[in-house]
Amino acid sequence: MKQFIIFVKKEFYHIFRDRKSLLIIFLMPIVQIILFGFALTNEIKNSNIAVLDNSKDEATLKIIQRLDASRYFEVNTYLHAQADIENIFKSGKVRMVVVFPPNFYQSLLHSNKAQIQLLADASDPNTATTITQYATNIINDYQQELNGQTNIPYQIQPQLRMLYNPQLKGTYNFVPGVMTMILVLIAAMMTSVAIVREKEINTMEVILVSPLKPLLFIVSKAIPYIFLSLVNLITILIVSVTILDVPVKGNLFLLMAESLLFIITSVSLGLMISNFTKTQQEAQMFSLMSLLLPTLLLGGFMFPIESMPWPLQAISNIVPSKWFYLIVKDVMIKGLGFSQVWKESLVLVTMSLVLLFISFKKFKTRLA
Amino acid sequence: MMKEIVIEAEGLTKKFGDFIAVNKISFNVEKGEIFGFLGANGAGKTTAMRMLCGLSIPSSGKAAVAGFDVYKQTENIKQNIGYMSQKFSLYEDLTVKENIRFYAGIYGMSRASVKEKMNSLLDLLKMSNEENSLVKSLPLGWKQKLAFSVAIMHQPKIVFLDEPTGGVDPVTRREFWNLIYAAAEKGITVFVTTHYMDEAEYCNRVSIMVDGVIEALDTPTNLKKNYKAVSMVEVFLQLARGATRSSD
Repeated sequence: MKQFIIFVKKEFYHIFRDRKSLLIIFLMPIVQIILFGFALTNEIKNSNIAVLDNSKDEATLKIIQRLDASRYFEVNTYLHAQADIENIFKSGKVRMVVVFPPNFYQSLLHSNKAQIQLLADASDPNTATTITQYATNIINDYQQELNGQTNIPYQIQPQLRMLYNPQLKGTYNFVPGVMTMILVLIAAMMTSVAIVREKEINTMEVILVSPLKPLLFIVSKAIPYIFLSLVNLITILIVSVTILDVPVKGNLFLLMAESLLFIITSVSLGLMISNFTKTQQEAQMFSLMSLLLPTLLLGGFMFPIESMPWPLQAISNIVPSKWFYLIVKDVMIKGLGFSQVWKESLVLVTMSLVLLFISFKKFKTRLA
Repeated sequence: MMKEIVIEAEGLTKKFGDFIAVNKISFNVEKGEIFGFLGANGAGKTTAMRMLCGLSIPSSGKAAVAGFDVYKQTENIKQNIGYMSQKFSLYEDLTVKENIRFYAGIYGMSRASVKEKMNSLLDLLKMSNEENSLVKSLPLGWKQKLAFSVAIMHQPKIVFLDEPTGGVDPVTRREFWNLIYAAAEKGITVFVTTHYMDEAEYCNRVSIMVDGVIEALDTPTNLKKNYKAVSMVEVFLQLARGATRSSD
């Protein structure tokens, strides 16, 4: 026990004396979560649009007003001729142009039919699709209002409700994602680097010759980083609740416990990596490649796993981040309890045990 | 008078694939002896030493260190030896005191004995003023002396030194050897590899390894007499000339 305490203490000396790394460890979660929360959302807000209004009547004015009032659009140019459309797209000033034909309101009233043309810059297809969707919704809203005034028999009015995230905020998606990413990165990378450093500076040899037990060595290496990751977790939760308005809907203790489980999985990954890397740089690169990329690509929060081809879907199952992301979404955003996430938790427990077993088996108590 | 034997090796061999790093070496080391383990780079010194420390399993042969078998009782061996590796092995970002405490701690020394040892050790090394300096700020010679003192702090029966004086200036090397003598006088057996031949003269007995085999083993005086040489350098050159391996 005394050996253990003295080892953990030494590990904390290393951590606290390396000011630069320390700063990165504690600032990274804050910076990332704020970046993802505010800057890098997949919502498209305040797109500049232009309007070519050939009708200039009551209805077109209302529609333009509504587009402008929504948080998605900013009507910044009024065009006067068909020919201007091409130019304004070329200048890159707008993402979409709305064209009203002449006598818009008239034809709407008399023939019950009117057309609006939405032209979008599809050089970025995702954005184009999304903003035309936004515009269509706004126009439909207006149409429904008009319908309310007149009486048309047999109408189907879909009523949409966005559950768990009524405002369709991107942060609801990113907070669990960033949490997953930061925990796996910090915990796994720091642990692997910390062990490999002992190899690099030759202290490993002296430790192996000493009576210190390998298990004790591994555990005392892991403990400080589990602790640091917990601090990071708390930072992320505080930032997301206070600054990003993403509340913890479910049980906070369940969330913390599940996170601790995931941290342990990540630390085991780090131990594993330290087994077959020799230098700190190697360990760092390997952690980035083998953890960051799969987490980003196959973790489910950047790209939906359901739309991937089946081999990738199959591979995503061995990425621990995928499971933790599901857990965080369920517990934090949907407010579900343990009965809903026990399967994912079991997967993480199994992964940790397997990883720990392999790394302990492979831990070289001898040099050759 | 029979002296106590603390290291016993018989036909100790280590193979890496087809390569025989250490080929059937046999020798005994007595308690309190300073045993020099000489050889060119790649002769197999470090491999042999690692087998004795329990860092490497021998391919064949027998060996016992402090009375414990190198195959089965490596844990007991670890309790009884100190080790200082070829490359510097203290933590540079820890202070002198913290390093001492850490290594004392992993050998399970009690708080009281660490305290007592620490003071006498710092006095001996004349480093009391530096106890709170980070190790990285110390000159190399000081670091090496500190590393040695840390390696014998828990009073092991045997201390293994793997080229402890590499890259150190002659004055500091001399001081380092004074520390080794002091340790030997307290009954600690010193097993030291080196390729400085002047250091070989300081040893009680030396063995000279060439291509994984011990070619000669005797006191420096006897070796010089047998090989009709004026210095250990000449003895070494005569033996090592036939070597085929040149580097690690």
